[in-house]
Amino acid sequence: MNVPRHWREQIRRYRLVGSKCTDCGRLSFPNRAVCPKCNSRNNENYQYVGRGKIISFTNINSPPKEHKYNLPFAVALIQLMEGPVITAQITDARAEELEIGMEVEMVTRKIMEYNDDGIICYGYKFRPIVEYAHP
Amino acid sequence: MGDNVAVIGVGLSKVGEHWEKSLRSLAIESIWMAFEDSGIDKVDALYVGNMSSGSFVEQEHLGALIADFAGLGPIPAVKIEAACGSGGAAFIEGYMGIKSGMYDYVLVTGVEKMTDVLPSKTTSILANASDRDYEAFHGVSFVALNALVMKRYMHEFNVKREELSIFPVISHKNAPFSKHAMYRKEISLEAVINSPIIADPLTLMDCAPICDGAASVILCSEKKAREFTDIPILVSGVGIATDTLGVHDRKHITTLSAAVEASKKAYKMAEVTPKDIDIAEIHDAFSIMSALSLEDMGFAKKGQGTKMALEGQHYIGGELPINLYGGLKARGHPVGATGVYQIGELVYSLRGDGRVDAEVGLAENIGGSGATVSVCVLERGD
Repeated sequence: MNVPRHWREQIRRYRLVGSKCTDCGRLSFPNRAVCPKCNSRNNENYQYVGRGKIISFTNINSPPKEHKYNLPFAVALIQLMEGPVITAQITDARAEELEIGMEVEMVTRKIMEYNDDGIICYGYKFRPIVEYAHP
Repeated sequence: MGDNVAVIGVGLSKVGEHWEKSLRSLAIESIWMAFEDSGIDKVDALYVGNMSSGSFVEQEHLGALIADFAGLGPIPAVKIEAACGSGGAAFIEGYMGIKSGMYDYVLVTGVEKMTDVLPSKTTSILANASDRDYEAFHGVSFVALNALVMKRYMHEFNVKREELSIFPVISHKNAPFSKHAMYRKEISLEAVINSPIIADPLTLMDCAPICDGAASVILCSEKKAREFTDIPILVSGVGIATDTLGVHDRKHITTLSAAVEASKKAYKMAEVTPKDIDIAEIHDAFSIMSALSLEDMGFAKKGQGTKMALEGQHYIGGELPINLYGGLKARGHPVGATGVYQIGELVYSLRGDGRVDAEVGLAENIGGSGATVSVCVLERGD
């Protein structure tokens, strides 16, 4: 990963900003220049709340080389509560605790280091929603 | 439109881990075999199917490299890339070269040299076929993407992992006959089920192996082909289509809509329906892809892609024999070469190899996790 390539993704990786079609309202993540539903080129930034549910998941035992220091880790397809589906790692949970339908929330975590440029890349991961006891 | 297109030559290098052979030597070997098989020694153009020579062996510009070293002369020669679907995509470009009347003879060579890098690097290179910024960045390997699709499939259609394990068994069943296959042996259902988990629910034996290989076919018009043979193998229909690059953007995670589109086009052009297909080469890079492919090309209802397999209908002698030379699983999956291997194998079967009497065959080649799919229908021209 080189510096500008990661730098220009900040708005998406740190704040979960995608796009909304201003003609038909269709939401996308990441942002899209052309709406997949109505072909409009009119869109605006749209920030997701960062909550959703797992629609599929797997545990990775044989990762690409940039991720070999992170083992073991789980990745999932997460349907955000606003609609779009996103691919991300699951954190703060043991693999055997995961299940389809589980509600998760976004957190910012380290995604990789020891890559070609040596920069540490942060980004979104998701964790099971923790219910706090309110006073 | 021009005359029908025929395949008059096939050359398939032995698939495997070839420490002693370079990308160019593998390609040349298959080209010479195809020349010998066809009886010609000159072509007007070369299309090279290759996924990632730049990353695997730091070599691009394969068209010129192979034309030069295979002694093809100053012909037009380009590389066609669509990830693991590069071979099928290159074949369709070659088809158009003949069909348009532009060329008399076209050579299509699929080649991939994967074993010059370590496996974790290979995993990283293969992940380039997915969305690098929004899938691969998060550590999702290619196997993992297929695992995500498979787990969802099992959930939606109430299918067990062990049911999908039948597909590697079917492909391996035909492998002992296949001289160019990497693994020329049968395997048991138990072996697939009990092999180590790579990314759950996918086991090691659900996945096609990393390997080197090259395959070449020579195309010309039907009219010219009849000068060489009484029974030419004709390309009666081709279709290629794309879908969203990322799995997460699919309308249905468990549908290969590019396979739906590509097969419809190919069937229409060939004037056939799935019922007319006697044999098929299916892109079984992962067991789940076999089930989805069979469903989305119209051979099974959604969610029932394992049914015929479990009934034994995909073995030789069954209703639809598949992967007669071992499929990706046993022949091996040298990614960019695979689609050309499939065409060559279909030609062998249709010419008659003593095992099946087939008139119409289909080859399906998938790029990435389904973002490109090509489907070709070939017929015996007697």
